[in-house]
Amino acid sequence: MRLRIPWDALFDALLPLIATALALLVGAVMLLFLKVNPLTGYAALVEGAFGSPNAIAETLVKATPLLLVGLGICISFQGNVLNIGGEGQMIVGAILGTLVGLTLTDWPGWLVITLAMTAGFVGGAIWGGIPGVLRAYFNVNEILSTIMMNAIAVQLMNYLLRGPMLDPAQASRASKIPQTARLPAAFRLPRWVPTRLHLGVLLALVLAIVVYVFLWRTVWGYRIRAVGKNPNASRYAGIPVKRYMVLALLLSGAFAGLAGVVQVYGVNYRMITDGSATGFTGGAGFNGIVAALFGHLHPIGTIPASILFGALLVGANKMQRVAQVPSALITALNGLVVVFVVSSEIWRRRRERQHLGQVKAAEAAMEDASPPPPPNHEEMQP
Amino acid sequence: MKKVIWFLAVLGIVALALSGCGKSAATQPAQQEQAKPFRIAVILPSSIHDLAFSQSMYDALVAVQKQMGGESAMQFVYSDGMYKVDDAAAAIRDYASQGYDLIIAHGSQYGSSLQEIAPDFPKTSFAWGTTVDTFGMPNVFAYEAASEQGGYVNGVMAAKLSKSGVLGVIGPIETGDAQRYVEGFIAGAKATNPNVKVQVTWTGSFSDVSAAAEAANTHIAAGADVLTGTAQMVVGAIGVAKEKNVLWFGTQADQSSLAPKIVVANQVYHWEIVLTQMIDLIKKGTLGGKAFAINLANGGEVVEYNPQFNLPKDAKEAAEAAIQGIKAGSIKIPLNTKK
Amino acid sequence: MSGETLFSGAVLVGILTSGIRLATPYLYAAIGETFGQRSGVLNLGVEGQMLLGAFAAFYVALVTGSLWWGVLASLAVGALMGLAMAVVTVNFQAEQGISGIGFYLFGMGMSDLLFQKLVGTVKTIQGFQPLHIPLLSDLPVVGKIFFSHNWMVYVAYLLVPLGWFVLNKTTLGVKIRAVGENPKAADSLGISVGAVRYYTIIQGGILSGLAGAALSVGLLNVFQENMTSGMGFIAVALVYFGAWKPLGVLGGALLFSMVNALQLWMQVLGIPIPPDLAVMLPYVLTILVLVVSVSKVRAPAALAKPFEREE
Repeated sequence: MRLRIPWDALFDALLPLIATALALLVGAVMLLFLKVNPLTGYAALVEGAFGSPNAIAETLVKATPLLLVGLGICISFQGNVLNIGGEGQMIVGAILGTLVGLTLTDWPGWLVITLAMTAGFVGGAIWGGIPGVLRAYFNVNEILSTIMMNAIAVQLMNYLLRGPMLDPAQASRASKIPQTARLPAAFRLPRWVPTRLHLGVLLALVLAIVVYVFLWRTVWGYRIRAVGKNPNASRYAGIPVKRYMVLALLLSGAFAGLAGVVQVYGVNYRMITDGSATGFTGGAGFNGIVAALFGHLHPIGTIPASILFGALLVGANKMQRVAQVPSALITALNGLVVVFVVSSEIWRRRRERQHLGQVKAAEAAMEDASPPPPPNHEEMQP
Repeated sequence: MKKVIWFLAVLGIVALALSGCGKSAATQPAQQEQAKPFRIAVILPSSIHDLAFSQSMYDALVAVQKQMGGESAMQFVYSDGMYKVDDAAAAIRDYASQGYDLIIAHGSQYGSSLQEIAPDFPKTSFAWGTTVDTFGMPNVFAYEAASEQGGYVNGVMAAKLSKSGVLGVIGPIETGDAQRYVEGFIAGAKATNPNVKVQVTWTGSFSDVSAAAEAANTHIAAGADVLTGTAQMVVGAIGVAKEKNVLWFGTQADQSSLAPKIVVANQVYHWEIVLTQMIDLIKKGTLGGKAFAINLANGGEVVEYNPQFNLPKDAKEAAEAAIQGIKAGSIKIPLNTKK
Repeated sequence: MSGETLFSGAVLVGILTSGIRLATPYLYAAIGETFGQRSGVLNLGVEGQMLLGAFAAFYVALVTGSLWWGVLASLAVGALMGLAMAVVTVNFQAEQGISGIGFYLFGMGMSDLLFQKLVGTVKTIQGFQPLHIPLLSDLPVVGKIFFSHNWMVYVAYLLVPLGWFVLNKTTLGVKIRAVGENPKAADSLGISVGAVRYYTIIQGGILSGLAGAALSVGLLNVFQENMTSGMGFIAVALVYFGAWKPLGVLGGALLFSMVNALQLWMQVLGIPIPPDLAVMLPYVLTILVLVVSVSKVRAPAALAKPFEREE
């Protein structure tokens, strides 16, 4: 048996890595300007991302919200709706999920966790569903409504966390920290001690498979994709386009909401606000979109994409600590990587088309070469 | 699917290879031959140049370092702009695992993270602000600022200096340190002039400079001729005050440089006393369990008058009286008066 | 002012004046984005361009002592960022929503980094002063509301009729709209889709840079990390509100800014509403107005779709 190296697949797989490397090269120039040795900096980056079991755990923990949000983005993009409301949906999902844990204090842990995850899913679904309904039935563009809903979610969080959901222990203090009470140990997602690797990571991986099955093996998934590819043809085929548009955004929001509640139950164990969305989400609402795209909008592909991204972010923070560079550099690097990787897609698309063109040419050539097969008389018997 | 497997494989190989050669370079901490310097790591939620919360701690560390005799006696590293809580948690854990003597989590949002991490590093001392909660852990210090005290003094002066009798307050979110300062300001103003009107707006964010500026404009249009506010965004408000020739009272850091002609006074946080006390205790073996506060009495908070502003005598006297009263305890500032 | 209600004359004048002023950066950025979107390009990186423009204007003004050089610097920086976006969008045909987010992060990080390294501490400068227009500025009430601002505010509003004119009455406008609706057809007619998009994207970058400059040297006279705090995204949202028409964008910018000014006045006057809910108002109302206004607007057909010439 000959060993055939699938150069194509290899190239495709390496493309984001090559692009990332190029972006980091530009970053190296910036590091030089900051009088930091790029080699030390990047060695720290890699060590921070993969250099120890704890580092790998951190990478996976960071990748989890990216993956969850990304799964939702896969669904919405397949339906040709752009959901940039991930930040707000994460927040609302987290709020609802936390409410569950704060109210059902005497219930068994596994039940509360399940209910909380569901509540988070529902919360995000609502926050994504509203723009969906607004788009489908009121022609309000979803980019506008999701941007607005993000800001509204932050103010909602501020209001709730410093008022009705405020930790009773804080209410009696002079300096009231706007946070909820801490979730009791029974309600927290189990961890692989001594790292921060929590059950949510596994949940996200399982859900990636679920979303794949949903999109390509169920009726609803098929319809969402159909609506995304060609709404007119879908309408003709009898698919209620508006309903599926709403569904796409609703599910997209739901996964972001799940990402939010997983952050609370798996990582922070409470909700706290500093007045910004990113303080809680870590930017996963946006970076999740990037992760989905790096994964070519395929749920399974989003897995390595989120891990790569998570690794980058975790490693970059380590680089910040070791080289003592301003964290602003890390944000700029984040942006550079996104731009470079998304630009590199063109090579993959070109080759895909080339490949497709070759296949078509080969088929055409075969048809010209051989005569049509004789009709099968037996089959024509009634 | 095949592509994905290849991708993962390549990723894994590359990662292992790089981590192998990366590790040796990055894990060597600085070697010291002589008496080991006291090593501090601090996590800050905003920029060290924010002229507010984060800068106050950074400046204090610089001052303490100088006091202690420079880099040979005390070294500190920082991670600023850490407003993403789980990134901050990773940073705290990382610094702890590198053997820093004291790790300062300068932000109330870091509490949960500290609660988890501190028990894993019993030989490291952690400090958390602004709060009084040490979680009952032997290696956690807590510190806070009685910001209402300087707020009160500012309020006294503001009421004295205001010709229109209308004061404007620009706050971020009605909570925490900001809420205390504002309550103190209102109390001081009303105590000086019961008829004074204090308008309060909350912008809903700590960083929205434009919102702070517009709030200032609105206050001024509504008749305020003295303004105050807290959080890093107030630089926008100070800019407007400068333009409209309206007086400003600052807190957390010395904001006079922004508008030397109209900044009257600032309540400056001098965390140095808290830091020196903590360092002392740690050197003696106590790694935590104590809560500190900076206030007027212990010099952690200082109402610093802007030398470039000509403060009328009666206002200065009223301020000094208020300071003495607070220090002595004869003036009590009611907190949590709302709800 | 005590005892004034929300609907007294003085307060209304205050709200209107604030609203006119607040709308300025949104107008610059949103008009720029309108041109881009009409030609089929979605740029979510406006916020990053604004931040870099704001920093450039501030820094150059600080160092040279001249506000005009600062404005020029912001134009240059905006053009550069626009150029980068154009290359990525037209030549690399990258997914536009994502590349925009990348530029946003880059702009935010770079502006903060440069600020920390080149300026160091927060400083204020003397910004542009209000421009007195003879006769108009002296009108009672109207003069205060509309004509008591500096030139950057006036120019922002002038962009509306200018934008309308270019889009609807010039050949360039025809080309832009054609490229946005049906790039294939435009291409077959000899219009260079790439060139048109290069133009709109770079112009968009320039206008975003100018929006940032309006903030740092026109309105706030200061620079601080992340000072735009989401304005760039609101500007993009307003393009949708305005149905890709400059006049509609003006309406959106004014609505948003007026409600923002309103909620500030509500807080100042002590109207008992939780501040968080007050801050929410502009966002909620923007959505509500759109919901209530029945319209059958359609986006430019080729929006956010990369164009490639079939060989």
